[in-house]
Order: sequence, then structure tokens, then C-alpha cells
Amino acid sequence: MLNVKDLHTFYGKIEALKGISVEVNEGEIVTLIGANGAGKSTTLKTVSGQIAPRNGSIEFLGQQIAGMPSHQVTAKRVIQVPEGRRIFAQMTVRENLEMGAFLRTDKEEIAADLERVLELFPRLSERLAQKGGTLSGGEQQMLAIARGMMARPQLLMLDEPSMGLAPVIVEVIFETIKKLNKDGTTILLVEQNAAMALQVAHRGYVLETGSVALQGTGQELLRNERVRKTYLGEL
Amino acid sequence: MSVELGIIAQQFVNGLTLGGMYALLALGYTLVYGILLMINFAHAEMFMFGAYVGLFTLQGLSRIEFFTSSGPALLLLYLLTFLIAMVATGILGVIIERFAYRPLRHAPRLAPLISAIGVSLFLQNAALLWISSRSLPFPVLFEVRTFRIGGASISSMQILIITVTILLMLVLDTFISRTRLGKSMRATSQDRETAGLMGIDINRVIALTFFIGPALGGAAGIFSGMYYGNIKYNMGFIPGIKAFTAAVVGGIGNLRGAMLGGFLIGLLESLAAAYISTGYKDVIAFVILIIVLIFKPGGLLGESVAEKV
Repeated sequence: MLNVKDLHTFYGKIEALKGISVEVNEGEIVTLIGANGAGKSTTLKTVSGQIAPRNGSIEFLGQQIAGMPSHQVTAKRVIQVPEGRRIFAQMTVRENLEMGAFLRTDKEEIAADLERVLELFPRLSERLAQKGGTLSGGEQQMLAIARGMMARPQLLMLDEPSMGLAPVIVEVIFETIKKLNKDGTTILLVEQNAAMALQVAHRGYVLETGSVALQGTGQELLRNERVRKTYLGEL
Repeated sequence: MSVELGIIAQQFVNGLTLGGMYALLALGYTLVYGILLMINFAHAEMFMFGAYVGLFTLQGLSRIEFFTSSGPALLLLYLLTFLIAMVATGILGVIIERFAYRPLRHAPRLAPLISAIGVSLFLQNAALLWISSRSLPFPVLFEVRTFRIGGASISSMQILIITVTILLMLVLDTFISRTRLGKSMRATSQDRETAGLMGIDINRVIALTFFIGPALGGAAGIFSGMYYGNIKYNMGFIPGIKAFTAAVVGGIGNLRGAMLGGFLIGLLESLAAAYISTGYKDVIAFVILIIVLIFKPGGLLGESVAEKV
């Protein structure tokens, strides 16, 4: 479905991605793990069009999307839920969800999807009229994912959804990710919480300083000694 | 009613008229700042440009006999004048953004600011060179009547200016808060990158912003021409500074703040002209600015919702 080949992205003169290749097949959960600065978020941002790559190809369903501005990538229903939630703080929860469906015109289907995401996150339905900025961190993450779902993503890219959240909430978020995937959404997940990510993912890539260091199924990587030592904190 | 109250009422009416113009102009500063975090110093020239286009349109159309033949036709003439001048000024705003600001989008913040000052100087001098260095009379084609309410007199011109100003504000407010395009502007002003992820074409939103702001500023320019009876190439300078002050007083980036700030400065300026001295009236806006910034640095209606991390 998504085929990233030999991607090079620069921040000024700094080469953040040094030729990354990642593949996501339909129906999968694929995770990118790695330390700070390994290039996980940069990979997502390059795919979603927030940063243009210098070299390399990004194919989505056979179409080249490398270098497209983000609103055009979104139109292909490749949806990124950004790091740090990035809720529209001055807009109500309902308006935030409406923004997620910005490019859609099928009113009835949008209403149905709204019902669906509120079922997924019942806490949001109590807060529809509240401003986004007044929600707790966990609620904001739920809203960010729900907002992404409102676009009916073919590929949902989540950037650090567990960051800064209490363990109980992290559980909820990961349960939701599994459920969304079971309902048919393909997911590309960037996480620092490697243990959780590898448990839910079908396949994973370990990134180190802008390159893919290791790849395999979630279980393979969980058993890999280097992964256990470096990312799962085993001695 | 006593004479004293009469003066207050009179200055209140004058202040509302003046404040309406400041507020319309202030909206342009605040809209652009909200989206690009940039002060568009060329915005004052939109006031001037709108007034000139308004004058020429009015002169041109009034040669057609039909437009001056009856009351309704005259109304149509003024509607057309405003429409043409606002659209023309809006288009000028879009062109300025496209060529003077967009190439500097990723430059340090000072660069577009300097570019804006350049555009401002260019437009003023273009008007000076190609139109006139002297002030041109701005004709009024309808009979201005004066009504006495209590101790104050209010002219039909003032009623017109205040009404149309409030109408334009209501339209803008509804547009921003209810429509899809308006919501895309709000989203872009809150978080440009994330707005892009929602599928919003940021460049289109920015262009739209640079249409709406100058269009409103252009309307304010025509009001100024109608109210004072003449226009000049540098007529935007003082109102521009005061409108910018109004935007900051209200909380820059906040639309209702700009409206509030504009009316507040207009009112207090008029009262000061009556009670302190007309010589000091231009100082009032800045005194208000200093006082507001001391007690509420974000402006009267500035950001109040705390963002949680």
C-alpha cells in the first residue's frame, strides 16, 4: 500500500533521513521505533508532506506522493495524527472533529462517522461543546485520533500517541489502535514505547540515526537481543 | 437635557463613526497577524487605495444619468461603488501577498516586515506620482440630513457609516465562525501545519485572508472620504497607526478584539477632543495602548484559553 524507497530528508544541512525504505501492506500495523533523533517522526512528516524529501520515492497505492503538499496527501486519505496531539485549542471538540472531515462532502456519512468515533471514545461525547484546549492530555490524544478517523483514512499514521500519558490511558490508546486495525484501517505507528508498539504491530522497523537498523515482525523484534537491550531496557 | 450631557452624547456619536472606521481597518491587521504572525504595514495603504477606487468609481458611474435619476438608483450607485472598491482593494491585497510576502514565508520574521514597509512606501508614492499630491474632493451625491436626538445631532452620513460598519462586522463574524471557509481560516490561524494535515490548502487560506482584510480596509477608506469630504495619497498613515493600535489593544489576532479596540479608541479620542484638547486627540490611542498593555499585555480579549501539554 505504502512503499517508501531510499528516502533522504534534510533539515537545512543536516541529513535527518539517510535513505530509509519502509513498506506498509494493506491491513497491517507497522511500527517505527528508535531513540530520539533517529528519524521516526521525520519519516512520517515526509510521507504526509510537511517536509519535502530531497531524494527518494514515496508510493501510495502505486501513485508517487513524494513532495506533495500536505493537503494533497490528506486528499489521498493518508492521514497523520501529529506528535503532541496538535488539537485546535480554541475550537470546540465538535469543531475539531469537523475539521478532520474537512475535505469530505458526504454529510450523512460524516454524521455516521461522528457517531462511530464518539462510540469509540465516549469521553469525547460528553465534551463536544468544550474547547479543545481545556481537555486533559489523554482526552486530547483521543480527540486527535478521532479527528484523524473523521477523514476515513486508508492509511492512518500515528506519531507518538502514548507520549506523556498515564499508563492507564496508554492502554486505552493501544486497545483503540488494535480495534481500528481490526475494523480495517491500515496503521503506521511511530513510538518510543517500543514494548507496547511491538506487541500490537505486525511488523516493525528499528531506526538509528536516519537509517533502518533492523526490521522484522513484531514478535521477532521483541525477541531480538539488541532490541531488548537498547529499546526494552533489559540488562 | 443639559448642555454637558449633550456634548457627551455628541462626542459619543462622532466617536462611534470614527471608531467604526478604525475597527474596519483594524480587522485587516488582526486577520493577517492571526494567520501569518506578521504585521502588514502596507495595510494602511488599503485605506487609501479603497478611497481612490471608490472616488473614481463614483465619478465614473455618476456620469451615467440613470444612477442619479432616483433614490433607489442612487443607492445602487453606492452599492456598486463599495462593491467595486472592496473587490479591487481585496485583489490588490492578494497580489501584494503573492509577490511581496509569499517569497519571504520562510525568511526571518523581519524580512516580510521590511517588505511590507516597502510596499507601503511604493503605494503612497505611486498615488502621489500618478494621481495627485493634493487632496481630492470626495463628492456626496445625496442630501445629508441631520437629526437631533436629545442634545446631540446625528447626520444621515453618520448613521450610514455606523450601520454599514456593523453590518460588515456581523457578516465577517458569521463567516468566520459558521462557514467551512471561515473555520479553515480559524484552524490555520491556530495551527498552520495541522490545518494542512486536515486537508486545508494553506496558500488559499492566506490569499483569502489577504482579500478580506484589505476589502474591509478599502471600505473604511471610502467612509473616510465621504465623512471628511476629501482624500489624499497619505490619508492612510494616521488611521493606519491608530487601527493597528486598536488591534493590539483588543488583543491582536482576535477579531472581536479588533472591533472593540477600534470603537474604544474612536470613542475615547472623540471625548478627549472635547474635554482635553483637540491638539492631544492623536495621543489618546497610544495612551490607551500603554495602559492596556500594562494591565493586560495580551490585549483586552487576547488569548485566554491555556493550552495543556
